[in-house]
Amino acid sequence: MKMTTMRAILAALTLGLAAPAFAAGEQPAPPAVKWSFNGPFGTFDRAELQRGYQVYKEVCAACHAMKYVAFRNLRDLGFSEAEVKALAATFQVNDGPNDAGEMFQRAGQPQDKFPSPFPNEKAARASNGGAYPLDLSLIAKARAQGPDYIKALLTGYKPAPAGFALGEGLQYNEYFAGHQIAMPQPLNDDQVTYADGTKASVEQMAHDVSAFLMWAAEPKLEDRKRMGLKVMIFLIVLTGLFFAAKKRIWRKLH
Amino acid sequence: MADNNSGFFANPLVKWIEYRLPVFSTLDHMVGSQYPTPKNLSYWWNFGSLAGLCLVIQILTGIVLVMHYTPHTAMAFDSVEHIMRDVNYGWLLRYMHANGASMFFIAVYIHIFRGMYYGSYKAPREILWWLGLIIFLLMMATAFMGYVLPWGQMSFWGATVITNLFSAIPLVGEPIVTWLWGGFAVDNPTLNRFFSLHYLLPFVIVGIVILHVLALHQHGSNNPLGIDTKGPQDRIPFHPYYTIKDAFGVGVFLIFFSFFLFYAPNYLGHPDNYIPANPLVTPEHIVPEWYFLPFYAILRSVPDKLGGVLLMFGAILILFVLPWLDTSKVRSAKFRPIYKQLFWVFLIACIGLTYAGGQPPEGLALVIGRACTIYYFAHFIILLPLVGWFEKPLKLPASISEPVLKA
Repeated sequence: MKMTTMRAILAALTLGLAAPAFAAGEQPAPPAVKWSFNGPFGTFDRAELQRGYQVYKEVCAACHAMKYVAFRNLRDLGFSEAEVKALAATFQVNDGPNDAGEMFQRAGQPQDKFPSPFPNEKAARASNGGAYPLDLSLIAKARAQGPDYIKALLTGYKPAPAGFALGEGLQYNEYFAGHQIAMPQPLNDDQVTYADGTKASVEQMAHDVSAFLMWAAEPKLEDRKRMGLKVMIFLIVLTGLFFAAKKRIWRKLH
Repeated sequence: MADNNSGFFANPLVKWIEYRLPVFSTLDHMVGSQYPTPKNLSYWWNFGSLAGLCLVIQILTGIVLVMHYTPHTAMAFDSVEHIMRDVNYGWLLRYMHANGASMFFIAVYIHIFRGMYYGSYKAPREILWWLGLIIFLLMMATAFMGYVLPWGQMSFWGATVITNLFSAIPLVGEPIVTWLWGGFAVDNPTLNRFFSLHYLLPFVIVGIVILHVLALHQHGSNNPLGIDTKGPQDRIPFHPYYTIKDAFGVGVFLIFFSFFLFYAPNYLGHPDNYIPANPLVTPEHIVPEWYFLPFYAILRSVPDKLGGVLLMFGAILILFVLPWLDTSKVRSAKFRPIYKQLFWVFLIACIGLTYAGGQPPEGLALVIGRACTIYYFAHFIILLPLVGWFEKPLKLPASISEPVLKA
C-alpha cells in the first residue's frame, strides 16, 4: 500500500480529525518520496542506511549531535560486530573521572553514544553564528512528513526570489518555515565518496541521509511492522472464529 | 442462598471456594448466565465493554512503563527514548499506551453518543449516566496529565496553556495556578505531581467503573427500542449471548487498534512532542490531542478568557442535567422523528468543533467554531426541552419480543 493511500484511509478513519493538527504554513508541502520503509511491509535498505550514515558522519556530524544513537546500534545497518568496534574506536569520547579524579579521553567503544560535536548548546551557538544545530536523533519524527521534509529541505536551497529580504548570514530555502535558514547548504555534488561506488549527487546524499535519520528516529520500525503482520493475521483469524461462534450461539435463540 | 449458589457449580473445587467466598456466583450475576439482558441489543452496545478493555490495557501497559520512566524534567524525555530504544518491547508498550488513550476515547465517545441516541440517561438510569460522566471527566484529567509526562514541546506548552486557564477565575485565579504548578512556572514540581496523579486516577476510574456497573445492574441495559423488558421472553442471559458478542467486538476493535499501533503509531500524536520541552521556544500552534479538540474549540470561540473557560467546562457539566433537559418520556430516538434528526445535527456540530479546535482560531475555522459552540448549547438548553413537548412520538411496541418476533 502506498503511503499516500494509507494516509487517505487513516484520514477517513479518523474523520480527518488529526490532520488539521499539523500546522499548515506558507512553505509548500514536501513531495512524498517512495521510501523503502513505507507501507505495512516496508523495510530499511541497508546499503542506503550505510551511505546515509556516511553522509551524517562526514557532513552533518560536524555540527549536529545524535545523542540517542550508540555505535552498537549500527549493527542494524548491516555492519558486523568487528566493524562496529573498529568504527567506534576511530572516535575519541570523554570518560572519567579516573582514580586521580581527572576526566580523560579514550577510544570509543560500541556501547558509547555518538559523541557530540559541541560540549553544550552555548558552545554550539557560539560556533554557529548564534544558531543551534539541532540534535538529529529524532528529527525524522519531530517534523510532519519527517523523511520527506528532510530530503526536501536538503535539496531546497535556492537563490532568494527578487525582493525577498534575506537576513544576514541566512540562506533561502524553499521548504524551511519562513524560508530563512541559518544552516548553509550542507550538500554539494561529490561531497562524499561512497564506498559502494554510488554517484554522490546532492539528491542521492539527501535521500540516503534522510533514510538514515528515519532509522535513527525509529530504529524498531522493522520489528514493529513485522510484529504487526503476525498480530493482524492472528486477530483476523481469532475474530473470524468469534464471529462463527457468535452466529452459532445466537442461532439457538430463534 | 450460599447453599443454593455452591450447589449451582459442578466442579468440587469451585464448590468449595464458592461455599466460603461467593466469587463465582457474583461473577455469574455480573457478566454471566444469571444476568438477564434485553435480547435486542445492537452492536452499539459493545462499546461499554470495549472502554473497559481499554482501561485495563492502559493500566497494564502503564504499570510497566513506569518501571522504566523517570519523572524529572531533566530525564523524562531521555527515559522515554530509553524505553523506545533499549527496553525490550518498550516501543510496543509505549505505542500501545499512547494509541490506547485515543482508542479509549473513541470507545467512550461512541458509548456516550449511543446513550444519547437511545435515551439511556433517562429514568431510572440518571445516576448510571452521572457515573459515566464522572469517568469521562477523570479520563480527561488522566489523559491530559499523561500527555505531559514525556516532557516534549506539546507536553510542556499544553500543560502551560491548560493550567493557565485557571488564572481566569477572579481574585483567586493566580494563586490557584501557582498552587497547581507548585511554583511560578510549569516545572519539575508540576511534572512530579502530574505523574503522581496520572498513576492514581486510573484506579479511581476503576472504582467509579464498579459503581457504574453496579448502577447498570440495578435496572439492566437500555436497548434500541428504549422500552423496559416485560418478562423472560424479552431477556436472554448475558452469558453466553453477550459474552461472545462482546468477544467478537473486541476482535474487531483490536484490529482497528493494531492498525494504528503497528502501521501509524504517531499519526494521532503531534510531531512537536518529539522535541524536548523548551520553556523559551513556543510552538507555532499549540494544539491538544484530538479528543480534546471540541472543548478547545469552545474555549477559543469566546473572546473573553473567563467566558471561554466557563463555557468549556459548562459543555461537559451540562451533560449532568441532560436527563431533565430532555423532556420526552420516550427513550429511543427510533420513535422520536424530530429528535432523531437533531441527534445527527448535534453530532455534526461536535465534528465541526473538533475540526475548528485543530485550526488556528481565525477566519472560517473561528466562524465554524463559534457557530457549532452556539448550536452545542442550543441543542441542550433550547431544542431538547422544546422537542420533548412538541414532538409526537411514534407508537411504541408493546414489548421487545413483539417486533423481534415479527422480524
